[in-house]
Amino acid sequence: MEARADRQVSHRSFVSYIDKSREYYAASGFEQPYRWAAFDEVPFSPHTKPLAECNVAVVTTTFLHHHDSAHGAPATNKQVYAHPVTDLPDRMFTNDLSWDKQATHTDDTESFLPLESLQKLADNGTIGSLNHRFFGVPTEYSQRKTGLDADQIGEWCAQDGVDIALLVPL
Amino acid sequence: MSLVSRHLEAQGITTIVVGSARDIVEECGVARMLFVDFPLGNPCGKPSDRDMQQSIVSLALDVAATAIAPRTTVQAPVRWGTDDWRAAYMRVDDSNIAALRAAGEKRRAAQAADSRKG
Repeated sequence: MEARADRQVSHRSFVSYIDKSREYYAASGFEQPYRWAAFDEVPFSPHTKPLAECNVAVVTTTFLHHHDSAHGAPATNKQVYAHPVTDLPDRMFTNDLSWDKQATHTDDTESFLPLESLQKLADNGTIGSLNHRFFGVPTEYSQRKTGLDADQIGEWCAQDGVDIALLVPL
Repeated sequence: MSLVSRHLEAQGITTIVVGSARDIVEECGVARMLFVDFPLGNPCGKPSDRDMQQSIVSLALDVAATAIAPRTTVQAPVRWGTDDWRAAYMRVDDSNIAALRAAGEKRRAAQAADSRKG
């Protein structure tokens, strides 16, 4: 017989951010809820190359600090970017993104931009290499604009011979 | 970010989303997701916990290399330790609803002023 359950639940335990944000913005008086992208078909390219031969790149939604207005105002004019992995600042600019500022912090870049962890896997031969640059994409309200950013990141990945992209939304 | 994943995958690049907003990613539909059931902000492991971060990244790569079908979600075997953040984030209740309404009105007024400026 199975051991006793750790907990008893009456609803799913993981948070629905679609539900939360809809209720939050409705309470704020916004009449139209945000409409999230949803697709029936999902592209899938089966992975065949050994990990030890793969070039791995990271894509983040965080930005370099010069986008910081320094006054808590939202960063403006954020553009899709590429940046050398050897030139990672101590902190990334995350203040204008939606994350849980009460429960945690983003002072440790490895907790959302895992370049050191990937470099270790490259050093011990688990993966072929960490791509020489990582990529950043703004979290756009407009799905059309995100599509254009995706085109750009796709071009950069093709230029660099990226085999695996680790995408880390904050 | 899910849209970027879909785009790269269609281009033939293997992708994996490492994230904590499971419903947003799964509703969009991506090839592979490693779900980390943490408050938003640290999908690659708790701050300063290098062992946890390394294990999450290693697992993400294993899922990337071995998934056999799209919409593969694996939940990382890690726990944050407390659960109060689940209800606290974006909470709406009697104590803050008036303030939320007021902040929303201020924001709409600012947006209207911006759009008049063109």
